[in-house]
Amino acid sequence: MLPRQVAANSTTTTSRTRRFRFNWVDGFLWFIRVAAIITIVVGLTGTIQNFMAGQGPSVEQWRDLFVSSISTGAMYGLVALGYSMVYGVLGFINFAHGEVFMAGIMVGWIAATIMFQNGLWDGNPFLALAIVLVVAMVTSTLIAVLTEKIAYRPLRGSPRLIPLITSIGVSFFLQYAFAGLFGVGLQTYPPPPGILSRDINVFGVPIEGTKLLVILVAILAMIALWYFVAKTKTGRAMRAVAEDKEIAGLMGINVDRTIITTFAVGGAMAGVGGLLWALLFRNVQFITGFLPGIKAFTAAVLGGIGNLPGAMLGGVLLGLFEGMGPLLVLDGLGIPAVSQLKDAVAFSALILVLVFRPSGLLGERLGSEERA
Amino acid sequence: MFKNKSTRLVAALSALALVVAACGDGGGGEDFEAGELGAVTVESGESIQIRSLQVLTGPDATLGIPEDRAVRLAVADYGQIHGHDVEVGTGLDDLCSADGGQAAAQTIVADDQVVGVIGTSCSGAATAAMPLISDDGMVMISGSNTSPALTSDLAGTAGSDYHEGYYRTAHNDLIQGAAAANFMFGELGLMNVALIHDGDPYTQGLTTAFENAFIELGGTITVHTSIPKGTTDAAGVLTEVAGSSPEGVFMPIFIAEATAIAQQKGNVAGLEDVVFMGADGILSPAFIEDVPESAGFYFSGPDVRFGENTNEATEVNAQEFLDAYEAEHNEAPTAPFWAHAYDATTLLLQAVESVAVVDGDTVHIDRQALRDELDSVSGFAGIIGTLNCDEFGDCGAAAITVIQNTDNVYANATENVVFSYVPEG
Repeated sequence: MLPRQVAANSTTTTSRTRRFRFNWVDGFLWFIRVAAIITIVVGLTGTIQNFMAGQGPSVEQWRDLFVSSISTGAMYGLVALGYSMVYGVLGFINFAHGEVFMAGIMVGWIAATIMFQNGLWDGNPFLALAIVLVVAMVTSTLIAVLTEKIAYRPLRGSPRLIPLITSIGVSFFLQYAFAGLFGVGLQTYPPPPGILSRDINVFGVPIEGTKLLVILVAILAMIALWYFVAKTKTGRAMRAVAEDKEIAGLMGINVDRTIITTFAVGGAMAGVGGLLWALLFRNVQFITGFLPGIKAFTAAVLGGIGNLPGAMLGGVLLGLFEGMGPLLVLDGLGIPAVSQLKDAVAFSALILVLVFRPSGLLGERLGSEERA
Repeated sequence: MFKNKSTRLVAALSALALVVAACGDGGGGEDFEAGELGAVTVESGESIQIRSLQVLTGPDATLGIPEDRAVRLAVADYGQIHGHDVEVGTGLDDLCSADGGQAAAQTIVADDQVVGVIGTSCSGAATAAMPLISDDGMVMISGSNTSPALTSDLAGTAGSDYHEGYYRTAHNDLIQGAAAANFMFGELGLMNVALIHDGDPYTQGLTTAFENAFIELGGTITVHTSIPKGTTDAAGVLTEVAGSSPEGVFMPIFIAEATAIAQQKGNVAGLEDVVFMGADGILSPAFIEDVPESAGFYFSGPDVRFGENTNEATEVNAQEFLDAYEAEHNEAPTAPFWAHAYDATTLLLQAVESVAVVDGDTVHIDRQALRDELDSVSGFAGIIGTLNCDEFGDCGAAAITVIQNTDNVYANATENVVFSYVPEG
């Protein structure tokens, strides 16, 4: 709870104690905020000075890094959507979502390898990618819906810690099931078809083909999702169930079916994210879903948990912080070998955003049970 | 329960019998007395137990599997010791990580019939395994650990991870770092090099050794950074490296991270003309053949031109070994340390044979005597060359070569030697 809430609720303490607690904790938080701002400003100034002196990355290198970070962030955003949606509807974090993502990439790899071998991959790249996309989406959706039906439905109504722990178990189950099916080594996608590995000129800025495709696909998926949630009947039902499950049920909405749809849509978005991973990083193994899953969850919290535009924004911002943060801020502070601190920067960004704005950037959207 | 007088008597006699049985015959026959580390007694009909601890699964499996197979071929070639078979048991997996090494070491020390271990593949695993193995009195000989911290700085100071009972037939990375530095500075004429490690004792030891040697030669290190294990997005590291404008990059890391770097370096401006060099962690078909972007890379590694060198214990030379390996496994070894593992095994077996005290059909192997025997190895002719063990366990015949991958064919790459290095003295 925030210090102000603590102070407001402590009606039984004497006014002297209340004032003391209010100042101490609040003052400490302000200290953190000011220290963070100073560190970032000093770091940025240092980097700008280095740049002016001709040291460090050049303009092209910064540009390439920016594009890389945005495309990775777009992928995180798509996976974060699944976390946000499930939290909004059921009120727990589905830790198995990272494995739903990994499942799409793994099975998509089979399709990609088959198409590479029969020449469709290079012959008709967009058709080949569309097929891999469909395979990835179907796999992820299937796994998501199955986990809901088998692992989470029986726990509906239990204290929220229980499905959370179950989801951790499901996560490990899926990881090792896939390790058993595919082995523990790396599976590598075929190299991107020729047309994508070239640089494409966008408003005079050359962007690598795969990164451009990643950003476009993410934008399209986000628009499709927005349309689905805002304009269709099922989407309205999802929003209603997220708002208040009981009343939505009383209004005649089939709550079970809506929850399955939520998981399915979240899974489908993770499947799209999986294709983007395959395009960007090309390698997958059974533990691939773990760290991106945590980062996507972080992105969802960053943007405001339960909030779909927030999840997307959080993802893109996390990608930017993680990709550019070390070089932009830490390098200017004189820290050597900053790239190994990438993950530290990403999670520090989460902590700082929450210190400044505890409900996330765009505000959290919680159901009636959580708002109590 | 013990109220009845006769029950109490029976209970007391049973307890006494148990105590006598437990305390008796731990040390063997009348003539043999175990030293302070204890001894292993191998009764008639039992086998002498050794273990193989290599990386058998995961992206680095191609580095460890040839060593495990070489251990078994060496045991088969050596034959019996004083009428007892030698058994290797199931191969243990070090997972190329500290966790794997520790878990496997716990399994090994739980069985006190084990005399010695051939392993680990990865220096990071050995760092975690050695405290357990050393405390239990066993010995471990590695065919591929190269981190200087596991033995010494080759100048008389023990490494920070050195433990009694550790030996290796692979080279010390201070030598490999100097070889790579001499290659990049002397042969290629590069003055500015960037270094990438992954935080593990082997990779960091090697980049530090390279840095010290390179600076001593007169070059500059533009940046000394790391790519954390498991990283798939190499954009940040590559931009940091590219931003420091190096002429060459030395990245002695493992296959998964090297794959990410090789595949993504084309996306970062400024790295087009930069020379990339790796080390023995990626000297495997899993990188050279499966990652087409590795064309043009240089690799430092042990000199595998063994010629006619013959192992004195089994009288097998390199070509005979390779023929036997290929006949049994239908493929050539996928990593260069098979000969080192073979020689390590024969070293251990010969030492066991020397110190074993034969008592009829029983054999006693004193652990301290085994360590003393290995400490004094001198002039042992192995496939890799002549082995001499120094006081900290470095027994290898240190010779490094640099090869280049030009056509993504592993067999061609290993023969494409562009530089060789042997330390002075």
